[in-house]
Amino acid sequence: MPELIAKSALQGRAPLTLGGVTLAEVPVGPITSIAVFPGGAKALAKGLKGLGLTFPAPNRFAEKKGARIVWTGRDQAFLIGAPAPALQGAALTDQSDGWAVLSVAGLGAVDALMRLVPMDLRLLAFPVGQSVRAPLNHMNAVLLRTEEYAFELMVFRSMARTAWHEIGVAIEALAARAALKP
Amino acid sequence: MCPLCGERDRREFYYYGAEDFLNRPAADAEPGAWDNYLHLRDNPAGVTKDLWYHEMGCAQWLVVTRNTVTHEIIATELVAERAK
Ligand SMILES: [Zn+2]
Repeated sequence: MPELIAKSALQGRAPLTLGGVTLAEVPVGPITSIAVFPGGAKALAKGLKGLGLTFPAPNRFAEKKGARIVWTGRDQAFLIGAPAPALQGAALTDQSDGWAVLSVAGLGAVDALMRLVPMDLRLLAFPVGQSVRAPLNHMNAVLLRTEEYAFELMVFRSMARTAWHEIGVAIEALAARAALKP
Repeated sequence: MCPLCGERDRREFYYYGAEDFLNRPAADAEPGAWDNYLHLRDNPAGVTKDLWYHEMGCAQWLVVTRNTVTHEIIATELVAERAK
């Protein structure tokens, strides 16, 4: 087997910073889908304990020592950033190359994303540690609030450039409007 | 309102049809039962139940109880929970 070079979806693209908002691709490492079998929750919880993690409640994510676990659906979560151990009680699927992960950070990140995601993303309604499956315009996405002014966004890899473009347009429009203010 | 995702935008949901689609007749049921299942629908002015799909969210099928007169959404539940 020849050694192949893994490339991220937006490899080589420089971050875009405008109006105090920065859009960048995030290298996250391995992504594994964990789909719990009926009655498998107990066995799975045991395995996750080894990582210091528990299965997340709906719309939540948690992190421990570089490993992140994100709720992504009924009885389903993504383990990100650490290779999946041999977990019992669930079907594990490697999805590392299926996703593109973007970060949108800065004071205006909320305003930029709320142009594209039909949700109230203000801090009170969408606190740090919250993650949702929600549309980014017409794209299915997973949106996480990692810090007060920072979000991470997962989209299907095939949508990476479209997502980048649409978020870029929102950031540009907000920066242009801010520049008009006296 | 999705039981998993919480309060969400109307556009995230896809409408399928009456709750009747969950009550599939047995394979050897009378033709009348199949006719009823496939074609005959009530059209209530008031409370009705139908199936919606949270397409742009958690991808779950929901039974939505709503009022066709007041447009009130009275309840939502996961079809998957029913099957348990
Ligand atoms: Zn949902």
